[in-house]
Amino acid sequence: MGAGTPPLPGPPKPQAKALNCPKCGAAVVLRSFGQAETVVCASCHCILDAKDPNLAILQQFEAITRDIKPLIPLGTRGRLRGTDYEVIGFQRRSTKVDGITYYWHEYVLFNPYKGIRYLSEYNGHWNDISICKQLPMDQGGAANYLGESYKHFQTCDAGTDFVLGEFPWQVRVGERAAVTDYVHPPRILSSEKLDKEVTWSIGEYMYGREVWECFKLPGSPPEPMGVFANQPSPVTINVSGIWAAFAAFAVFLLVLMAGFDMRAKKEPVLQETYQYNRTDAKSEASFVTDVFELGGGTSTVEVKTSSPVDNHWIYLNYALINQDTGQAWDFGREVSYYHGYDSDGSWSEGKRTDTVVIPSVPQGHYYLRIEPEADPSLPAIPYSVSVTRDVPVFGIYGIAFAALLLPALVISWRAYTFERSRWSESDHPPMELSSISTSSGDDE
Amino acid sequence: MTQPTANCPNCGAKIVFRWSSSVQTVCEYCKSILVRTDVDLKKVGQVADLPPDSSPIQINAEGKYGNKSFVVVGRILYEYDQGGWNEWHVMMNDGTSAWLSDAQSEYALSLATKTPNLPAASQVHVGEQFIWNYQRYTVSVITPAHYRGVEGELPFQYWDKTAVTFVDLRAESRKFATLDYSDPEPALYLGEFVEFDDLKLRNLRSFEGW
Repeated sequence: MGAGTPPLPGPPKPQAKALNCPKCGAAVVLRSFGQAETVVCASCHCILDAKDPNLAILQQFEAITRDIKPLIPLGTRGRLRGTDYEVIGFQRRSTKVDGITYYWHEYVLFNPYKGIRYLSEYNGHWNDISICKQLPMDQGGAANYLGESYKHFQTCDAGTDFVLGEFPWQVRVGERAAVTDYVHPPRILSSEKLDKEVTWSIGEYMYGREVWECFKLPGSPPEPMGVFANQPSPVTINVSGIWAAFAAFAVFLLVLMAGFDMRAKKEPVLQETYQYNRTDAKSEASFVTDVFELGGGTSTVEVKTSSPVDNHWIYLNYALINQDTGQAWDFGREVSYYHGYDSDGSWSEGKRTDTVVIPSVPQGHYYLRIEPEADPSLPAIPYSVSVTRDVPVFGIYGIAFAALLLPALVISWRAYTFERSRWSESDHPPMELSSISTSSGDDE
Repeated sequence: MTQPTANCPNCGAKIVFRWSSSVQTVCEYCKSILVRTDVDLKKVGQVADLPPDSSPIQINAEGKYGNKSFVVVGRILYEYDQGGWNEWHVMMNDGTSAWLSDAQSEYALSLATKTPNLPAASQVHVGEQFIWNYQRYTVSVITPAHYRGVEGELPFQYWDKTAVTFVDLRAESRKFATLDYSDPEPALYLGEFVEFDDLKLRNLRSFEGW
């Protein structure tokens, strides 16, 4: 500092400006320290030139929508992604699709250091939006931004029908822009074309309760209706990842099954054919087989019963008895096979062979006691009984398979129905059965 | 203190040059526009007070760009039909000069790049593409602007310029280019958009209530 030069008074601190509407005299506050291009008088709905010290009137719009109230009042401050922002502007926009008008709201947020940010709200769905710093690549049906691909969702003609507060651009009621949305949930990439200027913005989905928390708003946010374009799916797990894991487990199970099948000895220990005669059965109901040896430790034992039944049944009461200890396993098996014709064509029910596996039979000497019963119309029928030890059991794999398949199916279904409701609101609705038939008719 | 100093030929106040290559400065006290000659400073004009604006940046603000630090030494305030923006002249700690532009809190840093055979203003159209430094740029907007005011040290003389044409070009990255047709010979600036937080700015203005 040179001698004699007084210290410079710093430039005055910028302050929020209080002015008066040139039309109705109501107070107009400028909160953005000169960043606003236009400001709207809240009382008479004049759009004023915020750059003009006299606030020249740029447009006056019919305030038929006077009762539209922003959910977050102008001047409210909140903390969004670590930065304080103040709500300085609000606009309602609309688009007409198939004769139905849809409305959404946009809030202009301001921080003197970070600048402008936006919040949008549609039917209780919120988005935190900022202007793209990079130019996305438009690829027709998709757009690429920061290395991520966004799917085209909707193109519509968006009009502005109500404005309040300050805007960093020349806002006018009645102005229409072509808006194209691309989605990659939870993000949405939008291009807005007004005259020749294209503005790209990037938004991230926000839940109403998050907005309420940021701005410390009283009460609770409006309940979201339906599924929004970039709303994150409640299925947070990657569905294709689930199926990849399922496939890996299925392969693992198959390998396990093959391994056990190869290791199983499948050793035949008894193979006999008997003849059932009704006359004999009356006198001597049951008989025993020869003694056979089950060696090689505790293992599974399979008992297979076959009989050439034809619209008959045969029922066998079995007892597998350990000759050494007297321990017995009682079980009954039925072999039945019915077939015929009815109005639906030919039918059949049952099989001529029945198989049962007894788990964990200790080694030792065994015999079977068999007590056959048969259809009263059957005078006589042959049947064969075969016993095999150490057979693989596959039922448990079926249960494991189903236990894995079920959650994968449920999750996939939930993900599918959510995506279906998302895309039903887009320009690319999922095909309905009816539309498939009509469109295939159009092709011809 | 090795900074070259002189006195304002108009009011006698001390003029300190923070950047040795400055060609022009504005006296902080009497707002005289001073141009450096070989021997002394010459008053070539007078600036009006700058209009109040909303930029958080001011002369003497400091920041970082990559691993270099910089100090803001000068400023040009431009105006066009949609508003205005600031080009802050910054001096890097390696002695190079760069421009930190601030358009409604969108920040970008650019450097003058000596490139031969630049297109003439009349030959440039929106959508046209150019390749500089192995990077493809697309003309996004052509803006006729004018000087609204200057402050501090500048690497060139501005005082006889008023209307200027800028051609903005965007790349499919954070990079951008600007063709400046202020002088008969076009100038090319290459730069990139930067995040406010990454600039680690200090000595910023304060805003009432924030």
